[in-house]
This record gives sequence, C-alpha cells and structure tokens, in this order.
Amino acid sequence: MGETLTLGKALNLGLRRAMEDDSKVILMGEDIGKLGGVFRITDGLQKDFGDERVIDTPLAESGIVGTAIGLALRGYRPVVEIQFDGFVYPAYDQIVCQVAKMHFRSRGKVRLPMVIRIPFGGGIGAVEHHSESPEAYFSHTAGLKVVACSNPSDAYWMIQQAIASDDPIIFLEPKRRYWEKGEVDTAEELSVQEPLHSSKVVRPGTDVTVLAYGPMVRTALDAANAAAEDGRSLEVIDLRSMSPLDMGPVYASAKRTGRVVVVHEAAGNLGMGSELAARITEECFYSLEAPVLRVTGYDTPYPASRLEEEYLPDLDRVLDAVDRSFGW
Amino acid sequence: MEASLYRMVRLIRRFEERCVELVRSGDIIGGIHPYIGQEAIAAGVCAALRFDDIITSTHRGHGHVLAKGADPIRMLAELCGKVTGLNRGRGGSMHAADFSKGIFGANGIVGAGGAIATGAAWAFLRQGGGDKVAVSFFGDGAVSQGVLLEAMNLAALWKVPVLFVCENNGYATTLTVSESVAGTICGRASAFGIPSSTVDGMDAAVVFEAASAAVESARRGEGPAFLECLTYRFDAHHTWEHKARVRYRPAEEEVSGRLRDPVEIAGGRLDPAERESIDEAIEALLDEAVAFATTSPAPDPSTALDYLYGSAVLP
Repeated sequence: MGETLTLGKALNLGLRRAMEDDSKVILMGEDIGKLGGVFRITDGLQKDFGDERVIDTPLAESGIVGTAIGLALRGYRPVVEIQFDGFVYPAYDQIVCQVAKMHFRSRGKVRLPMVIRIPFGGGIGAVEHHSESPEAYFSHTAGLKVVACSNPSDAYWMIQQAIASDDPIIFLEPKRRYWEKGEVDTAEELSVQEPLHSSKVVRPGTDVTVLAYGPMVRTALDAANAAAEDGRSLEVIDLRSMSPLDMGPVYASAKRTGRVVVVHEAAGNLGMGSELAARITEECFYSLEAPVLRVTGYDTPYPASRLEEEYLPDLDRVLDAVDRSFGW
Repeated sequence: MEASLYRMVRLIRRFEERCVELVRSGDIIGGIHPYIGQEAIAAGVCAALRFDDIITSTHRGHGHVLAKGADPIRMLAELCGKVTGLNRGRGGSMHAADFSKGIFGANGIVGAGGAIATGAAWAFLRQGGGDKVAVSFFGDGAVSQGVLLEAMNLAALWKVPVLFVCENNGYATTLTVSESVAGTICGRASAFGIPSSTVDGMDAAVVFEAASAAVESARRGEGPAFLECLTYRFDAHHTWEHKARVRYRPAEEEVSGRLRDPVEIAGGRLDPAERESIDEAIEALLDEAVAFATTSPAPDPSTALDYLYGSAVLP
C-alpha cells in the first residue's frame, strides 16, 4: 500500500499532513513560500495553505526564531526552516538561551511546541556554512530535543511526530539524501509509529555494531553490504534521536557483538561519537572486545568542494574501522 | 490615576530597597539589578495596559513584573528562590515571569525580549478580533543588539501591535550611550518607519500619557511604536557593585541625576495624608512579603531534573 517517494517529497507530504491536521501549524523561513524552499521541501504549501500559514521571512534567523517563541507561547506550533545548517548560528542565542529553557524555568507553566528544521551535512559541493553538522552543539543543550531522519519513511513520520511534540525540536534533514527514494506507507496512522526518540536496528548483524544517523545511515548500510561479501556481519543501528539518546538497543547490540563503530560527518572532537563511546564503555565494559571506534569528519572547518570526498566518512573508512576493531 | 501611579512607583521603590537589604542578609542569593530611579517607566507604561496585554522584561525587571500585576509577595519569594515564588523559585531575579498575567518574563539576554514580544503580538494579530498589544522593555544597551533590530524590522513589516520601550538610563552597565550608540536611539525606529518619541522617564504621568497614545495606535492596527524614556539609574548596575565599589559615573552626575526623583514627582501631586496612607499600606504589604519569603521552604533538590521536557521522552 506504500508509495515510492524521495526523502524530500516525504518531508513535504509530512508537513502538508501536519498542516491539514492542525491549523495552528505555521511555517516560517527564507524563500519557503513562493519558491517552496531552496530544496523545495515546502513546495506548493504556500499555494495551498496561503501566505498567512507559509511565511516568507526576511533574512533574520535570530528574529525569526525569537518571534516564533512568542507565537509558540500564544498557542501556535511554528515550524521554522533554516535554509542551510550554517545559517542557524545567528539564531543560536535564541535557541540555547530562550527556546531550550522556557519550559524548565517556568516550571512547566508554558510549553514551546516549535520545530526548527535544518538541512545538514555535506556531500553536495556546497562548502562551509552550507555543509555543516551542528548536532552536537544542540544535543549539549539540556531542554532541546534533537533528531535526524535518514530515509523517506522516517522523514514522513518523524516530521509529523516532531510537530505534534510539545517540546522544541531541532529537526535535522540529511540534505545529500533528499533525492533518495524509498517506500512510504502514508495510509498508516501517526499514533502507531515507533516513538520519535527511539533508535532502530535497520540491519541485523552479529560481528560489529555500527551506529549512525542522518546521512551516514546509508553509508553504514553500504558498508554492511560490502562487509557481507567478506563474510563479516555488521549490525547497523539508526540512532534517529541525538537527544535524548535511546541507548537500550545500542547496549543490547554492543553486548552481543562486543565491537562498536560510530559514524558521523561532524568533526570527531567532542562529537556524538565521544558521548556514545563513553556511555557504551560505562555500560558494556566487560562485553567489549575492542575500544569503541569513531569514523568522523576531521577536526577542521568544512573543506572546499574538491576536498569534501576526503573529509566525509565513506564506505572504505567504515570498513577500515571494522578491520581495526578486529585487530584488537 | 495620580494616586495609583504614585502607589506603583512607591511600591517598586520600596520593593527594590527591601531586595537590596535581602541581598545583604544573604536571603537573595546572587544579587539583583536594582530598578531604583527608573520606576516611573514601568508604572507609567503598565498603567496604559490591560490585564490581557503582554510584556517582556529585562535583567532589571522587577519593576515591570510588579507594574504588570504580579503578586509582590510571590515575586519576593521568587527572588529568594523559594518554592512559593512565582516560578517555584526557578526563575529568580532575571527570569521571573507570570504568564497568567501576561508577564512573559524578565530575561538575562539583552534585547531578547524584543523578538518574543513581537511574536506574541503577532499571534494577537493573527488570532484576530481583539486589540491586545505587547510591550517590550529594554535598556539603551539593547539598541545595539541585532535581534532587537531584526524584531523591529519584522514588527514594522507585518504591522504588529507591539510597543518598544527603551529605558535610556545613560549606561549599558558602564558604557555611556555616547560611547555605544551611533546615531540616535529613536533613529533606529525611524529607519524601520516606526513612529517614535522621547519623553521624560522620571515622571510617571508623562510616561503614562505617551504610552497610552502609543498603545492606542497599536490597538487601532497602526503597527508598532517606539518610546524612548530618559531616566537615571540611582543605584548600581548590579548589587555586586556595592561590594566592588567600582566608579564609572562622575560623582557630580550621580548627585544631579538623583535630583528629579520619580517617587517625589508622583508623590508631590498627592495630598500628604493620602500619600502617607499609601506608604503605610505598602510597608505592611512588604513586611508580609519579606516574612513569607524568608520563611517559605527552599526547593527539594530531588526535583532538580523536573520539567526538563514538556512531553514524555518515551511512552
């Protein structure tokens, strides 16, 4: 009963369904109306829902997010599009100092049901400010929830779950995967989907656990296919939620395989891999056959287009880490 | 109106003086930014507002919170960090709020309230039918902050019923306006086509009159307005200065700046007997507030992680 959609189209349909279900859902962002967004994720929505609900804003991320706080406090469910990952930094103050803390400091008197959508990561030749992976900055901030979708079906459901959530959510979209296709069963109900903040085994295996999210899930799955030809069985877990982390399936897998490789595009230093390695070591120490290894972007600013293939983790670097894990 | 303006100016003054005492006694931990000297602005502006209007405030926010109608007793308990406070003691001086009264919070980030007020007022406009407004209070330091200028642009573009109130006390902490503001403060409003005026911020009646005109124009759907209120901070930027004894204002200015006192200006219009009875009632109220705040229980440490999220993490 499913249909084949690109990840970008799945997000578009998810947003549409959320807007149909709740008139309080409004979209704000740069070029999201007339153009439908530079990645066309909001394509056609202004035409169908009007410019009162799909709002082309000036280039003012701090003002947009700050204004969205006021709207959310007055009962709206704003969905803010940040055009590119690097453009979120002008709004960082609003997100960290106000969005994350409003519920906590009011002792639950107000909620901030706001989604901040950010196309993130590299792979499209777009250099710094347009290829960055800022998830660790936001995951470090208590009070925010941070998720990343990796495939069309998750994109369709997770965006709706994020909008339905009463908490502020940083919603990371793997921009290089916007055009990848997959099956989406749009006839299902939102309520029967797996919880938004749950990790998921997307390929069972027995030898090594590979943890990834967003754009690197595809890379991990490709590595698992290649490893299978060499007789190695990789279990791939899509973390889906960077904050809060759902560690149950991760610990269970690590205890079975004894080997863990974490893959992300963001720089390694104090990245998600650091936190994951620490938690897995604390919880699964006696089951581990090797240290938790990280395959990440390098600790440099995002490189120029001709060098990004060197910077980004790929199938070979994941397989190399798997080999190193077996070297212990 | 003269009596009620005086009552609020005097209440804020005495509330702040009590707070300074409570900082010294250690009942308020971490100190406060006293509003002493600027009371006429909060009193005058909020007198022009209704119960269902909204304000956002600043790090120097006690006056705004009180003038918009928060209970002084629970406000003082909040400043003392007690569970009986407006925010169960978790907001404190710089994040005291009472959403049920349209008080969307003091704020430790300079200029941040401008965008939040604009969003809240935009919600009023979008929800239609009413004539509610939002007011954002901020100081002269905030007019150099990007987010405030972004908010003013959005408010003007979308004809949002928000009033921007700049309390120009001459100093952003230690930096004078002439050292920090290129052009003029009202010039920023003009750049966005927002009507503005500069008024005497020491006289609550003058502020009330100017704010009423601005609020009425916003209620009529004419979009945002901007009010610059000239004032002087009588006390320190922060009570920490009482100990540190930093000097950055000329001694003669500190004397001349206090010559026009908002309490005396508003009080001078009242019959002495009436004024005395207002003063007595305020002292009784504050006695009660101090007793309540100092004897209320502190938060239970086992609740420190509560309210991190509004919805469950996993079902």
